Amino acid sequence: MVTADRREQTPFEPRRASTSRGGSTPVKRLLKVYMERPELVALVVLVALLAYFALRSAGLFLSYQNLRGILGLFPELSIMALGFALLMIAGEFDLSIGSVFGLAPIVLCALAQHFGLSFWPCFAAALLMCVVVGLLNGFISLSFGIPSFITTLGMLFMLRSLCVVIYQSGAAPALPSDAPAWALTAPIGFFRVSTIWLAALGLVIYLLLERTNFGNWVRATGGALESAKSMGIPTNFVKTACFVISSVCAGLAGIIQVVRIASPLPSLGDGVELQAIAAAVIGGVALSGGVGNVLGAVVGMAIIRVIDSGMVMSRVDANWFKFAVGFLTIVAVIANIWLGRRARGIKVDTGK
Amino acid sequence: MTAPIIECQHLEKWYSGVHALKNVSLSVAHGEAVGLVGDNGAGKSTLIKILSGVHEPDGGTIRIEGREVRIRNPRQAMELGLETIYQYNSMVPTMSIARNVFIGREPLKWSLFGLGWMDRGKMDHESVRAIADVDLHLRSPEALVGELSGGQRQGVAIARAMHFKSKVLILDEPTNHLSVKETNKVIGFVRDLKKQNVTGVFISHNMQHVFQCCDRVVAMARGEIVFDRPVAESSIEEVHEFL
Repeated sequence: MVTADRREQTPFEPRRASTSRGGSTPVKRLLKVYMERPELVALVVLVALLAYFALRSAGLFLSYQNLRGILGLFPELSIMALGFALLMIAGEFDLSIGSVFGLAPIVLCALAQHFGLSFWPCFAAALLMCVVVGLLNGFISLSFGIPSFITTLGMLFMLRSLCVVIYQSGAAPALPSDAPAWALTAPIGFFRVSTIWLAALGLVIYLLLERTNFGNWVRATGGALESAKSMGIPTNFVKTACFVISSVCAGLAGIIQVVRIASPLPSLGDGVELQAIAAAVIGGVALSGGVGNVLGAVVGMAIIRVIDSGMVMSRVDANWFKFAVGFLTIVAVIANIWLGRRARGIKVDTGK
Repeated sequence: MTAPIIECQHLEKWYSGVHALKNVSLSVAHGEAVGLVGDNGAGKSTLIKILSGVHEPDGGTIRIEGREVRIRNPRQAMELGLETIYQYNSMVPTMSIARNVFIGREPLKWSLFGLGWMDRGKMDHESVRAIADVDLHLRSPEALVGELSGGQRQGVAIARAMHFKSKVLILDEPTNHLSVKETNKVIGFVRDLKKQNVTGVFISHNMQHVFQCCDRVVAMARGEIVFDRPVAESSIEEVHEFL
């Protein structure tokens, strides 16, 4: 009786009843899963690549030393990709993250050198500089209606130039002597502390996107900007906040890297923005915004790192690395657009 | 006598040299269903965008339930009880029904400066209730809006407005590109507004649809109101003569 009453009260039909009308097939269900969890597809590719390179390199790829090497660079680039993916889900783009990655540690070192400050105040100031860059990217793109691709391309050149100018002036010769490797990048057995930063930031940004009203606004803003505006969502605030988060993640990643290699360099991060974009796309984040998950970008970055290292371990000419990443990115974008379009177009048991 | 729920007086709007609204005055009573018709460029959308907070008028006044208001943005319009459902721009296709019902008005378990943790259980539970109230039959509150038909999307948007106790529902061309069956469903939704004491403003190119579900027809042409009469006292041919 209770079940019957409930069935009368709910407007949503039981799955079995709707399936019997022939509205659902395994292919449609898979498409729907892709639409809702695109990072799962990337995860399958990652596992397949791990298996492939393990076999091809006769187990060398999965050796302790090699995996430890991968886990040095991977967390840094993934932290950058996390912020970038959030911005992409909000429907915007940031090419300047590679330059922010390079500039933040140089600003940190320059402040320490010039004012004789210890590491942490300079760390805070460097991240504040990243906040300002994010605010500028958002303000210029949104106030003047310039595509963020163009705004951030300009910012990429300007910030890279600043990296070189500051470095060559001798203002940022070295890391402050009290730079705390233990807090940012020291090895802990198999991992590094940076992996903990990645896990923590990944969890925070994932929860921000999936569990908070701000996350709902990000998805709405990226998924259908006009609808979001008509529902009263402060879309400019949402996008600007995502520009700031993206920039801060890039700056933090750059600082972690400089602490790991113990030396600031003006060329640091040159081109890594392209890896972050590729990682987000391979991880299932849609170029059009609204679709995807920040964890997908981490899986995408893992794929890129695995290809890089796997090719070396398999003794494939390293010059093929960029070809492989580029190829995978194009395949991912095509799959992303084609499957996304099909998934949106299909009618799966939506009722009457 | 109660004040009209909407009372616009002498509204003016210019778009870079184009006089889009010329001295428009319109009053809508509580529970009334008003059909707003007119060709493209007649000023219907401009009037609706002013009422929904997308644009501010260059002149004139708006009173809601007798109180003069300035509607600066869509959120303010919603707070005043005016909810607009656009033909295409009311739903986010890449998000679930439950998330769409609560976009911008998410129930929060806790919050700080308006940002906080969503109560997803409540969202699922209440979206089920809201959908039931407009007699829609859908599979799950977790289904993506992109999977719904045009009529179902309009139904969810109306359910959302009802759930938040909107006083006035403005529907902008809700039946465009819908099949006959879906159109009838949407017209049924508009008719049902009256039972729930909700005022409706129904914008359409299709005069038949307006005459099927509205109490009054208002026609606009060249930025002015050129016809305003109860449906019972007018005919489609008569309205056409003024357009």
